[in-house]
Amino acid sequence: MASFKPTQIPDLPKLGEKITEDTLYWKNYKAPVQIKEFGAVSNIDFSPVSPHNFAVTAFTRIHIYGPFSQEPVKTFTRFKDTAYCGRFRSDGQLLVAGCEDSVVRLYDVGGKAALRMYKGHTKAVHVADFTTGRYQILTASDDYTCRLWDIPNAVELTAYQEHTDYVRCGVTSKLNRDLFITGSYDHTLRVFDSRTEKSVMTMDHGQPVESLLLYPSEGLLVSAGGRYVKVWDLLKGGQPLVSLKNHHKTVTCLALNSSGQRLLSASLDRHVKVYNTTNYKVVHNFDYAAAILSLGLAPDDESIVVGMTNSILSIKHRKNLEEPKETSKPRRRPSYRVFMKGKNFVPKQDDYFVSKPARQHLAKYDKQLKRFNVSKALDTALEAWLRRKKPEVTVAVIKELDRRGTLKNALAGRDEEQLSRLLCFVIGNFFDTRFTPVLATTAEIVLDIYQCVIGQSAVIDRHLIHLQKLLEKEIYYQKDLMEILGMLDTMFAFSLLRKESVDQIMFKSKMIKYEPKQPFIVKLTTN
Amino acid sequence: MVEYGDIRVVYRGGSKINFRKPVISNDSRFLLCASGESVKVFSSVTEECVHELRGHTGQVTGVLLRPSNHLQVYSCSTDGTVRLWDFTDGILVRVKNEKGTFRTLVVKQVCVFVFAELFQLVAVNLPQTPDQLVEARDLSAVLSDVSSNPSTIAFGRGGEYLASVNNLKMEIYFFKKNKSYRFEPFNGGKNTFTCIACHPKDDCVATGHDDGKIRLWRNFKQKKEYTYSTLHWHHSAVSSLCFTPEGTNLLSGGVESVLVQWRYNQENQKDFLPRLGAAITHVTVSPDGALFSTSHSDNKITIIQSCVKVSAVIQGLVKGENVTTGLLVDPRSKALVLNGRPGHLQFYSLQRDKLLFHLDIVQQEYIHEAGLEQFEVVRAAFDASGLWLATVEERKQKSAELELNLKLWSFDEQTQSFVLNTTVSAPHEARITAMCFSQAADSQTTTLVSASRDGHFKAWQLGLPAHTDGTQEYEGPSWSCDFVGAYHGLVPRCCCFSADGSLLAVGFQEVVTVWNPTSWELLTTLSQPPGDVRNLCFGQLSCSKYLLGSNNKKMVCCWNLLTCSLEWSTSMDVSLLLVDSRSENMAAFCCQDGSTDLFVFKPSEPRPLFSQKAVCSGRVIHAVFTPREVMLESSEESSQWLNRSQLYFLTEFMDLLTFSTKAEEEKLMASSKQLVIDDTVAMTPFYLLLGKHRHEHLGNEESAERTPLPQSSVAIKELLQTPAHVLPATSFLCSMFAKSLLISVTETSRRVGHRFNLNNSDSDSNSSFRFRFFEDMTCFTRAS
Repeated sequence: MASFKPTQIPDLPKLGEKITEDTLYWKNYKAPVQIKEFGAVSNIDFSPVSPHNFAVTAFTRIHIYGPFSQEPVKTFTRFKDTAYCGRFRSDGQLLVAGCEDSVVRLYDVGGKAALRMYKGHTKAVHVADFTTGRYQILTASDDYTCRLWDIPNAVELTAYQEHTDYVRCGVTSKLNRDLFITGSYDHTLRVFDSRTEKSVMTMDHGQPVESLLLYPSEGLLVSAGGRYVKVWDLLKGGQPLVSLKNHHKTVTCLALNSSGQRLLSASLDRHVKVYNTTNYKVVHNFDYAAAILSLGLAPDDESIVVGMTNSILSIKHRKNLEEPKETSKPRRRPSYRVFMKGKNFVPKQDDYFVSKPARQHLAKYDKQLKRFNVSKALDTALEAWLRRKKPEVTVAVIKELDRRGTLKNALAGRDEEQLSRLLCFVIGNFFDTRFTPVLATTAEIVLDIYQCVIGQSAVIDRHLIHLQKLLEKEIYYQKDLMEILGMLDTMFAFSLLRKESVDQIMFKSKMIKYEPKQPFIVKLTTN
Repeated sequence: MVEYGDIRVVYRGGSKINFRKPVISNDSRFLLCASGESVKVFSSVTEECVHELRGHTGQVTGVLLRPSNHLQVYSCSTDGTVRLWDFTDGILVRVKNEKGTFRTLVVKQVCVFVFAELFQLVAVNLPQTPDQLVEARDLSAVLSDVSSNPSTIAFGRGGEYLASVNNLKMEIYFFKKNKSYRFEPFNGGKNTFTCIACHPKDDCVATGHDDGKIRLWRNFKQKKEYTYSTLHWHHSAVSSLCFTPEGTNLLSGGVESVLVQWRYNQENQKDFLPRLGAAITHVTVSPDGALFSTSHSDNKITIIQSCVKVSAVIQGLVKGENVTTGLLVDPRSKALVLNGRPGHLQFYSLQRDKLLFHLDIVQQEYIHEAGLEQFEVVRAAFDASGLWLATVEERKQKSAELELNLKLWSFDEQTQSFVLNTTVSAPHEARITAMCFSQAADSQTTTLVSASRDGHFKAWQLGLPAHTDGTQEYEGPSWSCDFVGAYHGLVPRCCCFSADGSLLAVGFQEVVTVWNPTSWELLTTLSQPPGDVRNLCFGQLSCSKYLLGSNNKKMVCCWNLLTCSLEWSTSMDVSLLLVDSRSENMAAFCCQDGSTDLFVFKPSEPRPLFSQKAVCSGRVIHAVFTPREVMLESSEESSQWLNRSQLYFLTEFMDLLTFSTKAEEEKLMASSKQLVIDDTVAMTPFYLLLGKHRHEHLGNEESAERTPLPQSSVAIKELLQTPAHVLPATSFLCSMFAKSLLISVTETSRRVGHRFNLNNSDSDSNSSFRFRFFEDMTCFTRAS
């Protein structure tokens, strides 16, 4: 027969961002370690060999940090002016760096003084990198040239003078030792082959190019400049593939994660965005305190290193997954025998069955509701744990009491402590749009019942005044929102006027009105 | 107007079974109850209807067992007859004609009836004649001024006295002394008597009252010195009281839908059986006290085993105060779907006249309290394949704003029922006026359109499955709002999809707008002022280019959608316009001067195929075409529209009616005569499959039993009398022995035929003999 139907706890839509695999992955980092450098951090480069130290170029120094140290393991200080672009060779033994004084210096990672100095540029050198052949260096400078040098002899091999503005980024191919790509403030990307005298491919980014990145397969090239990140298909002769505009200030740095499935871009707008490389949608977003100049990802995404304009270096290490498992011991359970007791008994033919009715399990508040104990049901629903962790349950019980027409009885006859607990709950959840209709009636009934005793208790009065202030604030916000909606309406109406008939303007603008308002409201109230 | 003689309006299905107290047979196997114009015999174990005792031409108002023969039952009806039936076989035994209409029936050794017009209790002596039709003239009034409700009259102590209550009066009549005592113990207030029960062994009468009290009266043989004690548990009127046959317990029921069992003489001990579903109207106990049955206000009879366990529920069509969802047909089960219990939808099979199941829409504990606003299911819609069901429930409190929920249910193949998929709380800001699914069965996406009084219509679409990854639990696809449309701030009243789902028509007051459901473009507007559009229908099949609309200014318009122009219009005050999905036909109900006319026509020509004036009195509030299982082959033009589907309609008095042709009725009568059922087994589909086989088996068994015992044969004699040690091997003997058991075919058939001839010749002499015979047969099968 019909049994007691427990209170329905509605499955409310979750507000805020959705939890995806990406958010779980990218949130799985510890709190950042912050290190103060001497100036703006302009470049971060990870050593390709274990233990994957990284070189941080900031002002006139290059610091080399170990994977877990917070102090530099090595420092190169012999620069006359600001250093740029400290990069490791593929064997991790040598490090090259450009400088504001136009001299390119080569260091042994173990040594202190520069092994070689390459002089020839006439202006600051912002790009320096090893080619895959390991015996040549690529440099690019503000004198619009890029050059190739022989490492042992410190001789300039080739110079290309095709750019018409500062060359601020460059990348060498990992598969072909002759190929490299440079990006310049003249908005162009140029692909050079050291065997020919001219660039073999030119692409127009449209903005001053700040950073370049080649995919491991080297079929795709990513360039960042201005607010745009663009992806080019090199195999199709430099055809633009996608243009992403997710930042609202200049994008300064690009990186790929270890699997090559996610692309990261850092910008002066203080955000690092993570893109899915299959559909180029933003899947995650990091916020930082200041404008970001440089970004580095350790192999296997073990750490994310970000250098900012306020000379802070922020290092986030990945959480170790094994740690929490060891702390929690498995709870001892009753043995297998206990559960199996009598379960495998086979009844004989003439045995009489005595069936035991299955007992319905009810929550505490449902048990009280079943007995029509309305006040007690509300009390159990207002227990601290439920109230904080699952406000939807408390609200559902209040709603059920309202449906039964007994909410007034349940709310009446409460002492100061109980009432203040109730009011706390109401105030805490009043502006959650999912709960507002229910809690508004609750608040009304509370005011009706207890209006004669207002002023007798300081605690209750404080709560009520708080509620009133919140309400005023909320009304103000709503008014603002309505104004914005009105403005949007006129804008949409104007933009549609030329294309469509008058009828459709009407319902298009109505449609906008029906866009969910909730996220707006919630953001405003929390700020 | 042409009169179509062979089509008439009939009641079919959905009659009340809770109208009067049911009767449980002596062996507790059958339960009999009055149901419309017939008496239904249900099996108390399987809940199936075993027989329907048809014959009365008015509403049956009482059913009682014959005290002298427990296999016979009396029934009385408003047509002025009392009939005696042999209910195990479903045979009419006697008919007595009587003037006037009987309202109820109580039985002692003689029959006692209540006369309707005068509200008088009359004793009728039944003359002992073998004739079928008996005219009873021998009437004697026993009590006058009795209530029309039969539960206010009871016999005490095996018929020594008769107790009756009416309003604030109680009257007890002693047959021996031929004297009655009247008591008027209360002055007024809420002490009105509602029901009465007499203790079978003791001089004690229990009465139920309007204020929920039960009073036990003793010492009523004198006028002055009566005493009474009061029992109080019910919070509102006690509707039924009943003593168990031994008098150890008193059962009571009321609007709380709780069956209360009081111990006689230990009244503070009581047992409860709560949550029986709806208000209890009658409580009965089987003669052996093993079964209780309670009738409920939602047209249900519950059979309870010894006050602890509900063993069976016999459910009829539930008729609430108003059917807000309208009549729908579930495309999968072809069942009629409408409002049932509060917060439920009922699925009623019209072919089998049986309630299939209730679907709990609201899923909340039902609290009965006067003045409490409940959630009610106000709209429901099925998609073409029966895979999706959309329901709207609403609750309006006086002070608070309207609470609306739109729920979408998907059909689950495994459990064969609907499972909640999506709940949209507050889908609109005001009442939903219309809702429909896109009708195209083969389309990829299903669209639901809901129109509301807030001036918008919304389109809901099944979203893609949520992006799932290994870490998250799987969430199926859910519904979300796809489009919100409005037209000049007018209120949409009706909406309709075309048959192929390529067009959506929404009626905004005077204007019909036609939309493209894929791009949500407004294609065209059609209007025919003055008057608000009330109904909209697209034509079907070959007439799918037509759109029909009726408005409240007595106009029916037909637009051709290819030319976007008016094809024809006519002046008719159509209250209901509906389309048959199996043919091109459309039906229009017009309400005029308190009665309703029906017109059936094709959209292509404004000429009725069939019309009937005054189909029923009062307005027709809902109607639906239900597809037939077996097509009729009528060649007459007037009844061709009933070939593929049936038209059911509901009047404002909650009568479910349909149209029936002559041929169909003849067929039905023939089939009911054919249906001979073994009374021990209920008629279930399973039985129909296996029962026939068992019958044959049973016949063989009997013939084997009737053959002369094979001991006389030579082979057996040899086998049994020869000492074991000189016998040949058993494998050698086996085939010989088996052969000796066989009987020649011709011999058997002759014997069986003879036996059945015998049986037929004396069938009308004594029916109980036949019953024994059937029991013997079941014994044989069990033994085998």
